[in-house]
Amino acid sequence: MQAEAKHRPNLLGAGGWFWAGNYKMERYLYTLHRVTGLGILLFGIFHLIETTFFRRQGESVWQMTTGFLKQPLFEVGLILVAFAFVIHALNGLRLILQEFGITLGKPKRPVYPYQDALRRKRGYTMLAIAVIVILLLVFLLNRLVGGG
Amino acid sequence: MAEHASKVTFRVQRYDPEKDSQLHMQEFTVPTKRGTTILDGLIYIKENLDSTLAFRTSCRMGICGSCGMLVNNYPHLACHTQIEEFHSNVITVKPLPNAPIIKDLAVDLMPMFDRHKSIKPFIIRNDEDEMAKPTREYEQLPDEVEAFEQFSYCIKCGICVSACPTSASDAKFLGPQALGQCYRYCADSRDAGAKERLEIADSNHGAWHCHLAGACSEACPKGVDPAFAIQLLKRKMAVQSLGGGRKEKPAEIYPPPTETKPKIQVPPFTVKK
Repeated sequence: MQAEAKHRPNLLGAGGWFWAGNYKMERYLYTLHRVTGLGILLFGIFHLIETTFFRRQGESVWQMTTGFLKQPLFEVGLILVAFAFVIHALNGLRLILQEFGITLGKPKRPVYPYQDALRRKRGYTMLAIAVIVILLLVFLLNRLVGGG
Repeated sequence: MAEHASKVTFRVQRYDPEKDSQLHMQEFTVPTKRGTTILDGLIYIKENLDSTLAFRTSCRMGICGSCGMLVNNYPHLACHTQIEEFHSNVITVKPLPNAPIIKDLAVDLMPMFDRHKSIKPFIIRNDEDEMAKPTREYEQLPDEVEAFEQFSYCIKCGICVSACPTSASDAKFLGPQALGQCYRYCADSRDAGAKERLEIADSNHGAWHCHLAGACSEACPKGVDPAFAIQLLKRKMAVQSLGGGRKEKPAEIYPPPTETKPKIQVPPFTVKK
């Protein structure tokens, strides 16, 4: 219809993952999960290229590649990838449980002020995230001080 | 103090398809007092400052779901939201995201209604005669009502869809409203249509595309919790694909039909007319 054709599209697009308005934690965990997933995917692709294409070029090229990758930029990148792995894996476990309704309780008659199932269980989510942060800090400390 | 302000600036997003090529913001000064809602402010603008302002409203009591809009970067029902909640002298009002803009703050909710229709939002049964001409009620225990009651409060305002990040990037996604209602009917013990509904939900743009951002449930003004319903829907789909799920028949009519004695025949009139 002509009138409908004039309606202005208003989809937020992928930008809507990042600009989320004044929402609470799980909305941003959604974005973090996607970003870390993409980061891990990119790392996997680069790692495959490094260990197949460059490795096959001979000893000198391989030495040059590993030497190049010892720059501080790539070291920081590796730490970020490790962070991404831990966040993605543990948040993924939370999602697997919650996406099948496990740990979310039973439907209840809504009584104002309304509380959704995710918010009722936010304490557990916060606890899980605290454990993740502690693990990451231990990893970072070990990497920086322990020289791991 | 913002709480005692008698005037508030409304920054309203304007768009007239006949005149504008771009969205733009327009400011209005609106007098307020305790209890003034966002909708009251918009009505004041329309009646006193600019009659061309377009927005949708009807019941003014959070029941009809017409006045969903983005207020200070969060979706609200305008009639259900008081200005003093924001503790600010500036209120920014925009149309709901993820729905095409018709004019100013009025968005087209037809795509959402179409998706809602697609999941067959009604009780499906095999006893067509009873459905066409009901003789009794269907039996349902309180626990069975509680399994879906929360999800039946949906007023189809579109706020959950506007909050959903997946709906933001996938126009074909069924969305939290339709998927939540899909579970509402599948969980109803009177219903026998779960199989055909789950086939619709188990598609590329269906329930598995929800990644539990939870924003829909957080923003829902009626406490419907569509995110929870979608996760329960996923569980139902997974259980069904493994051969499990509800095996018993849908609720029967109550009280059950019984053999009744034939009525006493009325004797013929003895007095002739």
